Amino acid sequence: MAPRTLTEKIWDAHVVHAAENEPDLLFIDLHLLHEVTSPQAFDGIRLAGRTVRRPDLTVATADHNVPTMDIDKPVADPISAQQLKVLDDNTAEFGITCYPMGHANQGIVHIIGPEQGWTQPGMTIVCGDSHTSTHGAFGAIAFGIGTSEVEHVLATQTLSQVRPKTMSVTVEGDLAPGVTAKDVALAIIGAIGTGGGIGHIIEYRGSAIRSLSMEGRMTLCNMSIEGGARAGLVAPDETTFAYVKDRDRAPEGDDWDAAVAYWRTLPTDDGATFDKEVVLDAASITPHVTWGTNPAQVAPIAGNVPDPEAMADPGDREAAQRALAYMGLEAGTPLREISVDTVFLGSCTNSRIEDFRAAAAVLEGRSVHKGLRALAVPGSHRVKAQAEAEGLDKVFTAAGFEWREPGCSMCLAMNPDKLAVGERCASTSNRNFEGRQGRGGRTHLVSPAVAAATAVAGTFATPEDLR
Amino acid sequence: MEPIVIVTGRAVPLDRTDVDTDQIIPSDWLKRVERTGFGAGLFSEWRDDRDFVLNNPDFVGATILVAGHNFGTGSSREHAVWALTDFGFQAVVSSRFADIFRNNSTKQGLLPVQVSEELDRALLDAVTKDPTLELTIDVARGTIEAPAAGLAGTFPLDEFTRERLLNGWDDIGLSLRHVDKITEFERGRAAFLPSA
Repeated sequence: MAPRTLTEKIWDAHVVHAAENEPDLLFIDLHLLHEVTSPQAFDGIRLAGRTVRRPDLTVATADHNVPTMDIDKPVADPISAQQLKVLDDNTAEFGITCYPMGHANQGIVHIIGPEQGWTQPGMTIVCGDSHTSTHGAFGAIAFGIGTSEVEHVLATQTLSQVRPKTMSVTVEGDLAPGVTAKDVALAIIGAIGTGGGIGHIIEYRGSAIRSLSMEGRMTLCNMSIEGGARAGLVAPDETTFAYVKDRDRAPEGDDWDAAVAYWRTLPTDDGATFDKEVVLDAASITPHVTWGTNPAQVAPIAGNVPDPEAMADPGDREAAQRALAYMGLEAGTPLREISVDTVFLGSCTNSRIEDFRAAAAVLEGRSVHKGLRALAVPGSHRVKAQAEAEGLDKVFTAAGFEWREPGCSMCLAMNPDKLAVGERCASTSNRNFEGRQGRGGRTHLVSPAVAAATAVAGTFATPEDLR
Repeated sequence: MEPIVIVTGRAVPLDRTDVDTDQIIPSDWLKRVERTGFGAGLFSEWRDDRDFVLNNPDFVGATILVAGHNFGTGSSREHAVWALTDFGFQAVVSSRFADIFRNNSTKQGLLPVQVSEELDRALLDAVTKDPTLELTIDVARGTIEAPAAGLAGTFPLDEFTRERLLNGWDDIGLSLRHVDKITEFERGRAAFLPSA
């Protein structure tokens, strides 16, 4: 057989039906649901008199709307409360496992899948959420779908999909101390643009990628969609197997051996080719911060707010001008001189235990800058419990952070955690779109380490700057 | 889904690049559990600006949105498509679409008309200059034309999607024709795969 890429091997193993001039019909191993993009899909199922084909391959949780305080009380927003109730009702009606607000297994859908072992190498995973790409960290094809496709998967456990092109993003060399997976993700998006991955699945390769922890790989794959790729993945290796082993849903005994033997066959063959290739030098990557209103409008923290007049492309120039007006920034301002009102540590990009450890290491013995609001929102109840067992919550609260309950929270402001008009936020989330964190709010994307250092300094800073 | 063969109508020029899903329909609107009524939320934050193009009475009743490069980036929310169709749009023209937005559009009968950057620019200018300019989009031929402005071009559509749009076929029904193959595939799945 001709050499194949990781993506092609997983894809080929899931084709149920293929024909000329038709998309492939792809089997879906795991369908994750949350309250926002599923209600209309269940309505469609009922209207057509259909049922859920594989409730046993479907898992739901509440994350987007859930408040991060007072979760023992009824949800104050009646529309959010209704949406959460509809998820409970729909999953009960069709016999689907659901982790509602407050459940020990509840959390952001892309945090709980991996931590409970639902996410494994070689799988196809979908969810009505664009950050489903996160699960690609395990060497799975995982991508976001719309509500019509959610309904399609509920009814058929398959998706009709045109085979995507393959793209490799190779990062070779050693990352400098203090440079994180988030910085790698932002540097890649800065290099390829918000549309660079359209129509492709990205495979992240190279020694710098292999050296990342599973948490780091999840952060990196999570942001594939910000570079336009529906999915991004990393070949499974010993790091992957060690993470999956002994988790709730991981295979055991002979099944484990069979699984690992299969997973070892998945990495891209020598001689396989990609439709598009991008190479970055790990040593050139430094901590990054976004200055604009899309994730490709990004610069090293040591840099300045760029001058739109210096941009050659008229579209880029206009977009940058509009972004600077919205962000309230002047061209040429050093990024380190920009003051911040709020720091948000959370989201499916950066709310795993490693993220809180990194931030706590910076905050230990230090205090949040006077007048600055700082939120720490764990990705799941399990992350929260683990952090508390390690005493990290005390580090955060001693420094002046609010230690909250898990959920998507201020990443997209569907719950009460919002920015006010003009409020500037250093955020470990994934999108700096206008109004993303609250109408008129100004978002700068950063790593957990930079978020923590910025919380202390009051202006954009790295941990090094505090010494 | 209703069949779509030809879309003819006037257009609104949205001369911005990288229009993301959070602008098309802000997240506050995503709390609703219905599939209708999202038109009121379309570009709702931008519409607060009186000078925003959708507030210009010259463009009321337009059925085609002509936007800049890279439309629909960001979230998987199909609500963005529901907002555009509920507002009255039948097609969006851009020189590039985000993958998930494009997929969602064709499920709902909203045409993603991807043209060259030159034609996109020319259409934006022509429609801005003449709000009465009529555009015709032909699904079978894969063409977009504005004869009064002397503009014409083609757009890509895979054969399967084209047939589905022209016939108004239900995607799920099409896939369920292969239900025996799905069942057979399920029998061959590895025992180690996770399930509830």
